[in-house]
Amino acid sequence: MISTTILMALRELRRNKMRSLLTMLGVVIGVAAVVALTTVGDGATAKVRQNISSLGDNLLMISPEVDRRMVNTGGPGKPLDPDDIDALRREISGLLRIAPTASRGMLVVSGGKSWRTTVTGSTADYLAARNFDVATGRGVEATLGGAGANCVLGATPARELFGGGAPIGQSIRVGRMACEVVAVLASKGAGGMGMDNDDLVLMPLRTFQQRISGNDHVTMIFATVREGRSTAAVKNQVEGLLRERRRLQPGQPNDFGVRDMQEIIDAVSTTTGMLTALLAAVAAVSLVVGGIGIMNIMLVSVTERTREIGTRMAIGALGSDVLRQFLIEAVTLSAVGGLIGVSIGLGSAYAFTRAFDFPFLLSGKMVALAFAFSAGVGVLFGFLPARKAARLQPIEALRHE
Amino acid sequence: MNTPDTTAIELRGVTKVYGSGDSVVHALDGVDLRIEAGEFVAIMGASGSGKSTCMNVIGCLDEPTAGQYLFHGVDVTALDADQRARLRRAYLGFVFQSFNLLARTSALENVELPLHYRKVPAAERRERALAALRLVGLEDRAKHTPAELSGGQQQRVAIARALVCEPKLLLADEPTGNLDSSRTEEIMRLLVELNKTRGLTIVMVTHEPEVATYVSRVVTFRDGRIVSDHPQSEAST
Repeated sequence: MISTTILMALRELRRNKMRSLLTMLGVVIGVAAVVALTTVGDGATAKVRQNISSLGDNLLMISPEVDRRMVNTGGPGKPLDPDDIDALRREISGLLRIAPTASRGMLVVSGGKSWRTTVTGSTADYLAARNFDVATGRGVEATLGGAGANCVLGATPARELFGGGAPIGQSIRVGRMACEVVAVLASKGAGGMGMDNDDLVLMPLRTFQQRISGNDHVTMIFATVREGRSTAAVKNQVEGLLRERRRLQPGQPNDFGVRDMQEIIDAVSTTTGMLTALLAAVAAVSLVVGGIGIMNIMLVSVTERTREIGTRMAIGALGSDVLRQFLIEAVTLSAVGGLIGVSIGLGSAYAFTRAFDFPFLLSGKMVALAFAFSAGVGVLFGFLPARKAARLQPIEALRHE
Repeated sequence: MNTPDTTAIELRGVTKVYGSGDSVVHALDGVDLRIEAGEFVAIMGASGSGKSTCMNVIGCLDEPTAGQYLFHGVDVTALDADQRARLRRAYLGFVFQSFNLLARTSALENVELPLHYRKVPAAERRERALAALRLVGLEDRAKHTPAELSGGQQQRVAIARALVCEPKLLLADEPTGNLDSSRTEEIMRLLVELNKTRGLTIVMVTHEPEVATYVSRVVTFRDGRIVSDHPQSEAST
């Protein structure tokens, strides 16, 4: 019975192809938008996770600040100093490489060109800890281990200052200090969240401290965990050691931060996930608007077909039959619209993820949800017109011109 | 109050009032009417005489303001709208002046529609609809839509649709009102034949005297009352 009613509804909709298509359009656009946005959003999140993971998942970042975003704000907080580094080296056997860094945003100048970048002082372990490769030049580790007026350019400042030319052996000015370029790093490509991993100038930590910062503070320590050791366990040891050195009482919160990549990945995923949900919610509004379109057309259709409804009632349809017929027509409209919307949404999401090299993640749950929601819209907005039809008096309906 | 089994319709003091106060209109004013099973009755009268209202009451489409209506002994005036609808679909068939076929739907599907509402399985539906079309001589037009049929053919499809559920009573409201004289004759001959061969009770509203010549009894309304009610000889059969 239900299946023949559905067939009847489909035939009814086929009779008015153009109108049916236009009526569905709202739901089609709504569902397509929800499906496309969430699919692209999931892909973007996965892409960001991949990018961050590529920085090294055994990496610990130790900073004298608690700030979750790991941004060096230069705010209060007892700085880390060389003694802390020595203590980490001495007492935490699970750490393989320890690269203390001090950074400052500065203008670097060469010839007539200048570029604002992050100038970082660090030690020989830095490249290995952060997965950097050298593109041209040599002796980087020896340079960073020393205290000379030498520097290593990231791919971005090398391009901005020297264009296609060879920077090796050239002199650049960093603040008031002149230093010689000994190497250029290989590009790591754009990082997640708009960060450029290649935008930095490296110099020996001691040079940075003596000539630029004028103190022995360390703003961030990059440390890698030895293979086979648990990152979480080593992280706990580091935290314990630093609490002891900073004389924190039990129960007092940490006044420093030790982060591993997993935490950052989680934080970023939460942010992109929220953005995706927000966009999907906006798209869902258009789905509701589509539902109102269906209601509008169904109401028109009930008025137009008043005589037909009267005839149906005279030849045996009960009010409930008429209600079911119009409800099924509305649900068929919105469900077919939902199906078309899902196809368009997945298709455009696929094209988008291919174009921007995101992973294409098909979420069956999402698709099912969007489809069920569109059918629900049909029930919700189809009910009013259907009830109007069912309540018609057959005698009035038959007289309707 | 015993009603013989052969009595199809009994109206007792049926009154239908529209409006209220000074503007009250008596569409039906205490009508008593008894129609036996197997009769072919024409209800005549000028427009506004109450004949259509009487037809709607008999067809369980309208409720009288006062009085009683017994259909095969069942007191219809005691039923609610849903029960009336069920009675309609079990025992009544309707034929309208403007045919009221579903547009862009084949004759066969139009005839199947009442069976659809009676939850008849698809195969049986098809078979019975074809049989009904055969009865009105349109089996070969089963796949045609109303737009592809003449007025007389459309009305024959409508009659097939009314007959497909084997009703006890066929109600025809100006069935020939939209047809020329030769089509009128075609439809009237069909109705008379159905009345004769199948014993189908038919009540027909019309204002055309020549149409009334086909029937066995003519009831005439004026101002909501029956002014004449007499059998007539079967002139044209």
